[in-house]
Amino acid sequence: MPGSKVTRPSLDQPFVTGSIDTIAGPVPVVLAELTWRDRRGGYKVRWGIGRYTYTIDPGLYAVGTPTDLSPVLVTANYKLTFDALRRTLTGRDAWILVLDTRGINVWCAAGKGTFGTAELVSRVKSSGLAQVVSHGVLVLPQLGATGVAAHEVRRGCGFRVVWGPVRATDLPAFLDAGLRATPEMRAVTFPLRERLVLVPVEAVSVLKLATAIAAGAVVAGGIGPGWYSIARALERAPIGIAAAVAAVLAGTVLTPALLPWLPCRMFAVKGAVVGLAGALLIDLAFWSAGASFSLAAAGVLAVVGSSFAAMNYTGTSTFTSLHGVEKEMRLVLPWQALGAVLAVGLWIAGGWL
Amino acid sequence: MSDGLRYIEDVITLGFDVEKCTGCGQCALVCPHGVFVMDGNRAKMVDRGACMECGACALNCAFGAIDVKSGVGCASAIIASYFRRGAVSCGPDDPEGPTGACC
Repeated sequence: MPGSKVTRPSLDQPFVTGSIDTIAGPVPVVLAELTWRDRRGGYKVRWGIGRYTYTIDPGLYAVGTPTDLSPVLVTANYKLTFDALRRTLTGRDAWILVLDTRGINVWCAAGKGTFGTAELVSRVKSSGLAQVVSHGVLVLPQLGATGVAAHEVRRGCGFRVVWGPVRATDLPAFLDAGLRATPEMRAVTFPLRERLVLVPVEAVSVLKLATAIAAGAVVAGGIGPGWYSIARALERAPIGIAAAVAAVLAGTVLTPALLPWLPCRMFAVKGAVVGLAGALLIDLAFWSAGASFSLAAAGVLAVVGSSFAAMNYTGTSTFTSLHGVEKEMRLVLPWQALGAVLAVGLWIAGGWL
Repeated sequence: MSDGLRYIEDVITLGFDVEKCTGCGQCALVCPHGVFVMDGNRAKMVDRGACMECGACALNCAFGAIDVKSGVGCASAIIASYFRRGAVSCGPDDPEGPTGACC
């Protein structure tokens, strides 16, 4: 674009090791290896720490010493995503075009439209990419297709979009095959490792709610004959806390781990089944306490809490549809609400019985 | 995807008009669940039930042969949409605002 201004990412970012001169100006160079600082940052965001500000400057970067013939790989400006991409490029020369997705990964940003046609076209222009490479090809992660229309990118900036593999780890094989993906590289899966890597962030996100429910149960546990007794609250506290812990473990750890083998397609039912196992364990553990209403309340809370947490795991999974989840919620939300009311009623009644 | 990792199928909104298909093959390339395959010089919908309504195929069909009411299959996003206006999607409504909510 004649007259359009070229903007470049800052060279003053901790993972930038130098710069390479191009017709469009100096382009920051990054390593294909991660440092301990990169790994520490990745570990923190897995636990939800600083997850929404883990960003890098958008624009054009270089790995190795790329030329006008080197491939252009497009990605998001979530640093975890950027790192996952560059670590696969060991020993290669490539350009990386980072879109401004406001620190969100490719899949979620594409759904939102920030990893989108308009941003890609404008980033191609503002990076001066047409002067840097001569092949006119952009390699995009396949999961970006939810936000990017390949035919409109071509109309907008002249570049041809080639859909890369779903997973960055398949990039070396894809590049070696001359930008060809096997059917396996095109398919989204959800193996145990991927189901579990998201457990910490999921568990942390429900921890606040679970803590509030446990605290509420402990405080309300004092209600009974003679209006209120702190001794009674303390005596019943272990049962209430156990129920909250069981709900979190069942809904955010065990249900994701056991997902393919649990009955029913609805996540809420899968979670309820695991929650029921947790409820039985609580009843066994506290049976000698003889507090039948309290134990019943704890059991219902474990089932309902696990069911609700599991239902929210639909968003983490890789195969649920909007209209499917809406149907599931229509079917199960009334039961979850009923269960919550029942749990509160039984818990309060347990103060007397 | 193994059989244990399939979801509710009877409410999926995906539609395909084979008459408009030109056989460009984009849908078969972008679908992460193998819903479309190329059959000669046309696309063929072979596993509609695996569709997660992401909308990649429809967006990348330059000929309007595919129609789907797309969105995210995420209970948290649906709950969030009860409390605010706008479509069910990840992150905040305002693309210029700070990111929040979930993904």
